[in-house]
Amino acid sequence: MTDTKAPIIQIRNVSKRFGKVTAVDNISLDILAGEFFVLLGPSGCGKTTLLRMIAGFEMPTEGQIIIDGQDMSLVPPNKRPVNMVFQSYAVFPHMNVTDNVGYGLRIAGVGKNEIKDRVAEALELVKLGGFEDRMPDQMSGGQRQRVALARSLVMRPKVLLLDEPLSALDAKLRAQMQFELSDLQDKVGITFVTVTHDQDEALSMASRVAVINKGEVAQLAAPSDLYEYPANRFVADFVGSVNIFEGKLTLDEPDKAAVDCPGLGKVYLNHGVTGPHGADVWVALRPEKIYLHVPGEGKAIRAAAQDAPDGHNLARGTIKGMSYLGDITLYEIQLEGGQIIRVSRPNLSRHDQEDFTWDDKVSMHWRADSPVVLLS
Amino acid sequence: MAGALQDWKSQKKPFAAIASVPIFWLAIFFVAPMAIVWLYSFGQNAGPADIEISGTLENYKRATEWLYLSIFLKSLAVAALTTLICLIIGFPVAMAITFAAPKWRPWLLLGIMLPFWTNLLIRTYALMALMGTNGYMNKGLGGLWEGASWLRTLVGMQPLEAWTPVQLLYNNFAVVLGLVYVHLPFMVLPLYSALDRLDKSLIEASLDLGAGHFKTFMQIVVPLAAPGIVAGVMITLIPALGAYLTPDLMGGTDSQMIANVIERQFKRANDWPFGAALSFLLIYAMFILIALQSMKTSKTKEVR
Repeated sequence: MTDTKAPIIQIRNVSKRFGKVTAVDNISLDILAGEFFVLLGPSGCGKTTLLRMIAGFEMPTEGQIIIDGQDMSLVPPNKRPVNMVFQSYAVFPHMNVTDNVGYGLRIAGVGKNEIKDRVAEALELVKLGGFEDRMPDQMSGGQRQRVALARSLVMRPKVLLLDEPLSALDAKLRAQMQFELSDLQDKVGITFVTVTHDQDEALSMASRVAVINKGEVAQLAAPSDLYEYPANRFVADFVGSVNIFEGKLTLDEPDKAAVDCPGLGKVYLNHGVTGPHGADVWVALRPEKIYLHVPGEGKAIRAAAQDAPDGHNLARGTIKGMSYLGDITLYEIQLEGGQIIRVSRPNLSRHDQEDFTWDDKVSMHWRADSPVVLLS
Repeated sequence: MAGALQDWKSQKKPFAAIASVPIFWLAIFFVAPMAIVWLYSFGQNAGPADIEISGTLENYKRATEWLYLSIFLKSLAVAALTTLICLIIGFPVAMAITFAAPKWRPWLLLGIMLPFWTNLLIRTYALMALMGTNGYMNKGLGGLWEGASWLRTLVGMQPLEAWTPVQLLYNNFAVVLGLVYVHLPFMVLPLYSALDRLDKSLIEASLDLGAGHFKTFMQIVVPLAAPGIVAGVMITLIPALGAYLTPDLMGGTDSQMIANVIERQFKRANDWPFGAALSFLLIYAMFILIALQSMKTSKTKEVR
């Protein structure tokens, strides 16, 4: 096994243009051996093009892709030490499961007995024992995907590429496969590179996520950092749900900062943001980090005062929309300035004592470590 | 109404009303004339315009004599060769259209279909004009020949003998070429529709798993295009087997095909019963081909 923490894939200043359209714009990043790496972005952001360049189906217009120390510029897909699980699974419809999974080994000229053993092992790995003689059209989408997984894993690639692996599965199965994929990756120790547009998928499976926007890397970080410390408005908005308010930086010291947001009020942070004083900035506040209080501001003021100066980290508004989602309830609250802020609240008990409803006047507060100041 | 049509077994009346017109049409214009010709094949000439249907098998006996059987087998060979060449030429053409940029595809397909809209006779004569001893094909070959001759003199070798035009027309070669020319679109279109339906990621998956382009073609593309290949072969082989105009115009004395013999019986020889027997042998042969195809198709369905 290649030692972990060493880059297995190095992407160096890679660009890809289709005619006048730039799909990938000067991306450089390292994917480490043994990690579960996710390329996350909206459709058309260039993430699939990047994956296809790693697989060898597209050639970079500029730049270099190095896999396991070897420059891949002149290496065709059938000679690369990577295998891909396609979005459509691409299971060969005229072959049964055994022949599908053994296809690559047969091409490579592996002996019959070894093929048999390795195919059985791979099918066991993806929990498809007993399906050896099934034809693809007798299987469900989830089972076909397992065939595609086994067919790639049996080749023992250095890197397994997965193109939107869960997008075609229904919600329950998707959640289950998320765990299974992580588990599988742990077991085989192969580097996984996955493309997805689904932030839940990315957050739950990845060891690191590269958020791609318009062909560029918007942020590369571990899932929790991506969520709690987004680098810019795009990441904050794309990963999870967020409220963003424009403001001016009025205080910025190593251990505290304050932003004056006309739409929201005065925001206080218990850490510095290293932005130029008086600069235009944005404050991002996650819906679950805002506390709701019944009318009468006393409670909210007392709560906010625990870690912020008077008059900071407080807001008032009217509930204009509610959606009950079972585990949480989502509120849309119109602030006094007219802007809408979204607040989510866990349904901790079956019958909510406070029972917020439409047109209720409410107060809100948040803790001083909750807001994130974004400079771009 | 739609429901009634879907379940025609329980709704016989509306179904019968709709089906009666085409059935009537088929009966009057197809089944009845064919039945008459079929009856003729068991008859004999009783006068210049009279046929007595006596139930004799004499016509079939004569039709299976070696003289006719050999022409029949030769027709089959010519048709098979034509089909094979069409397949070899048509497959790359169909693949090229499939993988062409989407904006070009309709134009390429149009190029394949355009000849359909031109009269067969005109197309055949145009081809003959190209292939005649004074045609462009011979002129082109002559030009190449003279060029080669001139190159020889450049390097100090003796020039070649003067060019004598090649006989391209009125032989078996011309017949096969003409048949390939006429039938190529019949091969390309079913192949194209089969290849177009093929999920391109299957080809990428095969490459990804280490197969080269040739192996991918043989193991993935050909098996998955098999229905298109079978359809293309049938749709080329059957009309080629019954080809009449091409061998008549482009063939020599020894390249007549079974349809030419049949025509001669009906016209010049005025022997309708014998012509009918030959026709029905040809029809039976085609039936067998179609039966073989449908057996093959139902078998592959069972396996799946």
